[in-house]
Amino acid sequence: MNRPASEEFAAQAMQFIPRLRRYARALTGDSSAADDLVQDALERALVKQALWREGTDLRAWLFTVMHNVFVNQVRSAVANRTVPMDDMMSELPQSQGTDRLEIRDLDAALRALPEEQRAVVLLVGLEQMTYDEAAKVLDVPIGTVMSRLSRGRERLRRLTQGLPEVSVLKVVK
Amino acid sequence: MSGIPISEAELQAYVDGQLPTARAIEVARHLELHGEDAEREAAYRRQNEMLHQAFDHLLEDPVPPQLRPPERRSWGFLKHYAVAAGLMMASGLAGWHLHGYVAAPAPGQIVYLPRVAAVAHAVYSPEVRHPVEVGADQEAHLVRWLSKRLGSNLKIPHLAEQGYSLVGGRLLPGDRGPAAQFMYQDAKGLRMTLYVRVSNESRAQTTAFRFAQENNVGVFYWLDGKLGYALSGETDRSELLRVAESVYRQLNP
Repeated sequence: MNRPASEEFAAQAMQFIPRLRRYARALTGDSSAADDLVQDALERALVKQALWREGTDLRAWLFTVMHNVFVNQVRSAVANRTVPMDDMMSELPQSQGTDRLEIRDLDAALRALPEEQRAVVLLVGLEQMTYDEAAKVLDVPIGTVMSRLSRGRERLRRLTQGLPEVSVLKVVK
Repeated sequence: MSGIPISEAELQAYVDGQLPTARAIEVARHLELHGEDAEREAAYRRQNEMLHQAFDHLLEDPVPPQLRPPERRSWGFLKHYAVAAGLMMASGLAGWHLHGYVAAPAPGQIVYLPRVAAVAHAVYSPEVRHPVEVGADQEAHLVRWLSKRLGSNLKIPHLAEQGYSLVGGRLLPGDRGPAAQFMYQDAKGLRMTLYVRVSNESRAQTTAFRFAQENNVGVFYWLDGKLGYALSGETDRSELLRVAESVYRQLNP
């Protein structure tokens, strides 16, 4: 079992930790839950590394692993802990007044999204994945990514702008 | 005007810069005429910006102790993968201790292009005596010179049909090397500038055609293979779009 590949794998995986943390924090809404999630995902990734094929996109693979861990956590409701606003504020970056409020509203509104919509909004909007990459990470068809994205964004907009919620969004297609 | 209606998916793809440029231009035109969609598009784009403002700081945070190397913690996998783990520790895995990684920018991230273009526009377009380094009378020289400095074959669009004539161009320091600015003006002296820089995209399969407002300066910008373009002007958005569209079509005949 002498596999220098492990070393290589760990070194490569390492460079994605900041990205995994960013996504996890946005997804869970809580710093410590986020780091727990990343840690669990990394452990799982190290155990399952034989399943990753060299030459394929490691970032996407790590996000897939983390997504699966997250889905399991959601089942046990760990990730859906709510955070006191003060805690959240203290970890937000120092931005100008208006932006800061807007960020706070957005972060709070993210919590109000169904987990599946939140994941798509973040993978695409924050992680800047292509729709195809997001579909692979979430293991859903691309059409599902598009409809979740559309619904998630519209819901976020309505929440942050104080507009009434709509149940059905006009879909031109 | 293209008769193919814009789908909801295409509106989203426009926001994310995942539409082919030619179609993105059609979406931009659609948004000029459909205020409700334009409002949604602006809100979704703002969401993306806010997400980055809210969470990008995590990319530069130190990696916390529990995510550091195995010797600090008894990760479950150690027991089962002792050899592999040993190897990792032997090699020091020094990287696990390194703080402050900055992730590489994601593909399609061209958020700063409109800003630098708008600043260059604001600096040079009011210039009366020296708006350009090389005037339109030496157009052939201008294009050769800037092509050489940018390491790419540039083309200078002609906008006479849109009512703008070439004033000339100049070389500018960009954040990633040299950039070029071409200046145009209409009969009343209103100026538009086209900013061109070499993009750092490694895989340029997606392009974007987007609008940004930087103070008084409106900018339509897009990627085209190795080059990033931004057309700036202190004019209304639909006029800028009309000209930007012509620029794009001339560069992609």
